[in-house]
Amino acid sequence: MRLPKHWFLMVMIVLAIAAPFTAYPIFLMKILCFALFAAAFNLLLGFTGLLSFGHAAFFGGAGYCAGYFMRDMGAGPALGILLGVVFAAALGALIGGLAIRRQGIYFSMITLALAQMFYFICLQAPASGGEDGFQSIPRGELFGLIDLQNDLNLYYFVLVVVLGGFLFIQRIISSPFGQVLKAIKENEPRAISLGYKVNRFKFLVFVLSAALAGLAGGVQALVLGFETLTDVHWTMSGLVILMTLVGGVGTFAGPFVGALVIVLLEHRVGEIGTFLAQITGVSWFNSLGESVTIVTGLIFVLCVMAFRRGLVGIFIKK
Amino acid sequence: MEIFGLSSSALLSQLLLGLVNGSFYAILSLGLAVIFGLLNVINFSHGAMFMLGAIVTWMAGQYFGINYWVMLLLSPIVVGLVGIVIERLLLRHLYQLDHLYGLLLTFGLTLFIEGVLRSIYGASGLAYSAPELLSGSTDLGFMVLPNYRAWVVFSSLTVCFATWYVIEKTSIGAYLRAGTENPKLVQAFGVNFPLMTTLTYGFGVALAAFSGVLAAPIIQVSPLMGSNLIIVVFAVVVIGGMGSIMGSIITGLGLGLIEGLTKVFYPQASSTVVFAIMVIVLLFRPAGLFGREK
Repeated sequence: MRLPKHWFLMVMIVLAIAAPFTAYPIFLMKILCFALFAAAFNLLLGFTGLLSFGHAAFFGGAGYCAGYFMRDMGAGPALGILLGVVFAAALGALIGGLAIRRQGIYFSMITLALAQMFYFICLQAPASGGEDGFQSIPRGELFGLIDLQNDLNLYYFVLVVVLGGFLFIQRIISSPFGQVLKAIKENEPRAISLGYKVNRFKFLVFVLSAALAGLAGGVQALVLGFETLTDVHWTMSGLVILMTLVGGVGTFAGPFVGALVIVLLEHRVGEIGTFLAQITGVSWFNSLGESVTIVTGLIFVLCVMAFRRGLVGIFIKK
Repeated sequence: MEIFGLSSSALLSQLLLGLVNGSFYAILSLGLAVIFGLLNVINFSHGAMFMLGAIVTWMAGQYFGINYWVMLLLSPIVVGLVGIVIERLLLRHLYQLDHLYGLLLTFGLTLFIEGVLRSIYGASGLAYSAPELLSGSTDLGFMVLPNYRAWVVFSSLTVCFATWYVIEKTSIGAYLRAGTENPKLVQAFGVNFPLMTTLTYGFGVALAAFSGVLAAPIIQVSPLMGSNLIIVVFAVVVIGGMGSIMGSIITGLGLGLIEGLTKVFYPQASSTVVFAIMVIVLLFRPAGLFGREK
């Protein structure tokens, strides 16, 4: 089991280092951010069995917070992202602390409702810029040394951060702590009867997952230079679930593959629509690009019905 | 007469508005509870079914000239059939799996249904006017009562209590309650349980469509009208718990009223007040007000 993991990792790292010479760096960075976001989410769903429907709050919340400090307070990119992570972790402690009071399906509904509350706060609070969001977040210089205006410099910075996040998640999963999480996922009552304080574990993993999602969100705000309500909306929470599902719930590489597939698809769905309109002669397909949700919805249904192990899951024998 | 610096008629009309929203919450959370009780599925597409109810009503009026009163009956039937197809084709195959998959499936369906309708009608609202019989308002002396709003509250309450009566007091309801408690045993007694789940899902969805029809003249009919509502209804369900039918009705109406009051005294918080109450309930009564963990 260990060998293919490392094999996969090596190939991915080599590909990732070479990638910006062949593809548009901003696009690649977006995929990396979503990969980390999905991996953070997978830590909860895939390894602890908790379905959070509110992860957009951590992703977008950290983006807002990082953007605020980088633009209005003159913080450097590293400090800005760090503060974003701290904010996401704090928000995760609040939402997680409440949500773990109920189990199963209620947990999902509570996270969704609290994230929606956060969305309304972002919509109304003057600090987050309401409908306009945060515009023109400066990239600045990393530690005052490396100029991040250069796309290539920024790309390698993002790559290092995201890889660091991935390795951290891997470390969590293979630690004794991670083993207890697995026990909670498989059989919660038994974990309780073995004397584990299950709620403490759930709380801690929720905060960790929120912080990592925040890391992804803060980096994305730096990359794109703006932060809007889209990132805190419930559709974003749905999107990260979809990425994890498509890639393979509970696999190490799944979130990365899922993020790649979904971001590519969102990018290309307009062209696919135009193509379909040409071959079928139904002009409605031309509007497919504006209503991506039709396609995401269909993939969702398909994955749940027939494809629950995901792309990576198929290749791993259980 | 003035209360807290507001004329009592202004206060009362806000309360009525709150009651209107509350009756939507009540019907929707009632349907969610009935479906969850038997199928163990949290129906995320409940909001989309509410929207379908409204948009089918609008379409029937627009393309076929069918009036409101007919649609009040027809629209729930049409949407209920859609629900039955969804249950037979898709949901049915997920009962053996973790409950989360039911939520994810209905979430995907919501995205799909909303996406298709948005690609046809756009995201802006479609106007639908109330039937003539109910337009205008009645002067009650202490306040002016808009007839249509009164009708929404009245008919919602009637449907809610009828549902309560059927489930709690009739033999069909007894089967349903027995199925909620122990599906295997009910099946052993010769009840066609698969048919029962299908019909229950269809019925729950039809309830959502009914409140969609009621909402059509007062909320802008749009493909996205259900998705924000359903999240509030989830909060309502968390607050009330899904164990009791009457609990859902009371919680829905009560929260609508509180929301209406918040609109009067502190409008900025009106969109978050239900969630804030959910937080308080989770802190002090984690199982919900009428809760019975399942």
